[in-house]
Amino acid sequence: MSKIIELKNVNKWFDKFQVLKDIDLEVAPQEKIVICGPSGSGKSTLIRCINRLEEHQEGNIIVDGTELSESTKNIEKIRAEVGMVFQQFNLFPHLSILDNCSLAPIWVKKLPKKQAEEIAMDNLKRVQIDDQALKFPGQLSGGQQQRAAIARALCMEPKIMLFDEPTSALDPEMIKEVLDVMVDLAKGGMTMLVVTHEMGFAKEVADYMIFMDEGKIVERAKTKEFFENPKSERTKLFLSQIL
Amino acid sequence: MNLILKPSKDNIKTYVPIGLFLVSLSLLDVFINAFFSFNLFDFLPSQISYFLPLMLGFIGFYLIRIEFSGVRSLDILNKNINSNNFNALLTLLTIFIIIKSIPPMLDWFILEANFAGNSKDDCTGDGACWVFIKVWFNRFMYGLYPDAEQWRINTAFLILFVIVGVSFFVSEKLKKYFILFLVFVFPFLGIKLISGGSFGLEYVESAAWGGLSLTFIISAFAILFCFPIGVILALGRRSSLPAIKYISIGFIELWRGVPLITVLFMSAVMFPMFLPDGTFIDKLIRVLIAITLFEAAYMAEVVRGGLQALPKGQYEAAKSLGMGYWRMNALIILPQALKLVIPGIANTLLALVKDTPLIFVVGLMELAGMIGLAKTNPKWLGMAMEGYVFAGLVFWVICYAMSRYSQNLEKKLSTER
Repeated sequence: MSKIIELKNVNKWFDKFQVLKDIDLEVAPQEKIVICGPSGSGKSTLIRCINRLEEHQEGNIIVDGTELSESTKNIEKIRAEVGMVFQQFNLFPHLSILDNCSLAPIWVKKLPKKQAEEIAMDNLKRVQIDDQALKFPGQLSGGQQQRAAIARALCMEPKIMLFDEPTSALDPEMIKEVLDVMVDLAKGGMTMLVVTHEMGFAKEVADYMIFMDEGKIVERAKTKEFFENPKSERTKLFLSQIL
Repeated sequence: MNLILKPSKDNIKTYVPIGLFLVSLSLLDVFINAFFSFNLFDFLPSQISYFLPLMLGFIGFYLIRIEFSGVRSLDILNKNINSNNFNALLTLLTIFIIIKSIPPMLDWFILEANFAGNSKDDCTGDGACWVFIKVWFNRFMYGLYPDAEQWRINTAFLILFVIVGVSFFVSEKLKKYFILFLVFVFPFLGIKLISGGSFGLEYVESAAWGGLSLTFIISAFAILFCFPIGVILALGRRSSLPAIKYISIGFIELWRGVPLITVLFMSAVMFPMFLPDGTFIDKLIRVLIAITLFEAAYMAEVVRGGLQALPKGQYEAAKSLGMGYWRMNALIILPQALKLVIPGIANTLLALVKDTPLIFVVGLMELAGMIGLAKTNPKWLGMAMEGYVFAGLVFWVICYAMSRYSQNLEKKLSTER
């Protein structure tokens, strides 16, 4: 089966501190992968390397057949195909929710305004906040904002979705509404890489689990096996602390 | 032993009327004294009579200082101007000074001022000689621009006001074209109309331009150009490309470090020496470029402040949607950053307008410059006060209008409710 994301021997340093060590990872289309690990283990950095919000210094990252390198054209093309959802939502506060969603399709994909807004409304309906379309981000609750951010990413019709701790900044009662949207997305066949501590979500949708520590992938296993029969001691310790 | 009981809710019925009566009496005394030169308490020894209003007012304020009186207006009064003895004293003194200063100001500005006539000799009163402004008004507005051609300046400004006025009432889409016209077409059309030299219009050299119209022309052009240059410099200073970054830093620091008067002098005197023989750039244009670049350096730093205030997440979100550098800045970053620094931008632009009089060093005379010229006219010596009060008023009106506009803009663009 062809791979949509390939990381070969990726190394990355922040100054002298090595954040990613010899990362090898392959993701097939429609696969859902949940990445977990203690804070500072490099999991956010790893997925941010996939759309080059962070640059890697060694190794190769190939996304959908295109190698990520210095050339800017490639990077913008890749970023348009890879949706990203952030911990802090990062909606554009000066634009309405509808404009947040239709802006990139209009200016990056060059769609006509009307068509872009139709796509935006469809996606807002999908995350069930189409009734908030004309409000500004500051008027929405955290859960609604994060769902709007997911809709904004979906409007670019990405092949891959990256989630960087999407529920960590939310109040407990709002986590579920965001996770429901993500489960729905997973069932629709989207390729997803999710950094999260929500193990219930992981058990429900993930094909594979990845456990990272100190910049290395410690364990990569099928979800069931990962939770029932973890191999490394480090993973066992981690799971015993969060489950 | 308490001579009088502390003012409280129990004695509010007696203390408040007495207190208000005493305060009113003290203000009335000062008022009558200031406006009619009559002393109500003349029968008292002079020192006591002099300080009596202060004492009466002070006691009055003490009597009405009742906490949580339940009377809304009294509470507001006490909280704001009568919170303790010292503040009551300050309040009284401030009111006295205001009352005392009204009559002489009224006298100078209006009552004793001279409006009729057309020479200095007609000014016989003790107050201001507004005849000076009246006689020179045309020069203060148009400088040395020939009288017969002044309709051209009027027309240019009339067109401007009409377009701006109409643009408030048209649809958003039409408004866009109005703004494009105002920014890209009108300035050059207007300048052509005023300078002439074609279309059968007589050529009027820029040295003859002056007065308030020149203030407007220079301010408008400098604002128009310094703003985009400032934004580019601000982005340049934050660029990851070292060449662009250091050129921007060098430019900003160079222009910010030099006084405007020096820059203007160099643009007029030194700059032509470096030009090849035979090339000639109009003095007004040289001055405009100098002011524009000078203010652009300040503008750049104001805008940079806004850029730095934006969270990193905004850049990352824009990038993650596939936007390149220019789209990211034009659609996401600058709209937010500029909104944040509207007060700073208004500050810089107000300073720009008020800096325009400095062009006198190169012999160009806008409003303040023309007044400076008029007051040295042998027939009108001694009119500096009237002239500069007039200039001050005009500049204040312009700057206050700009300030109000910036506040409205801030309110209109606010999306955090």
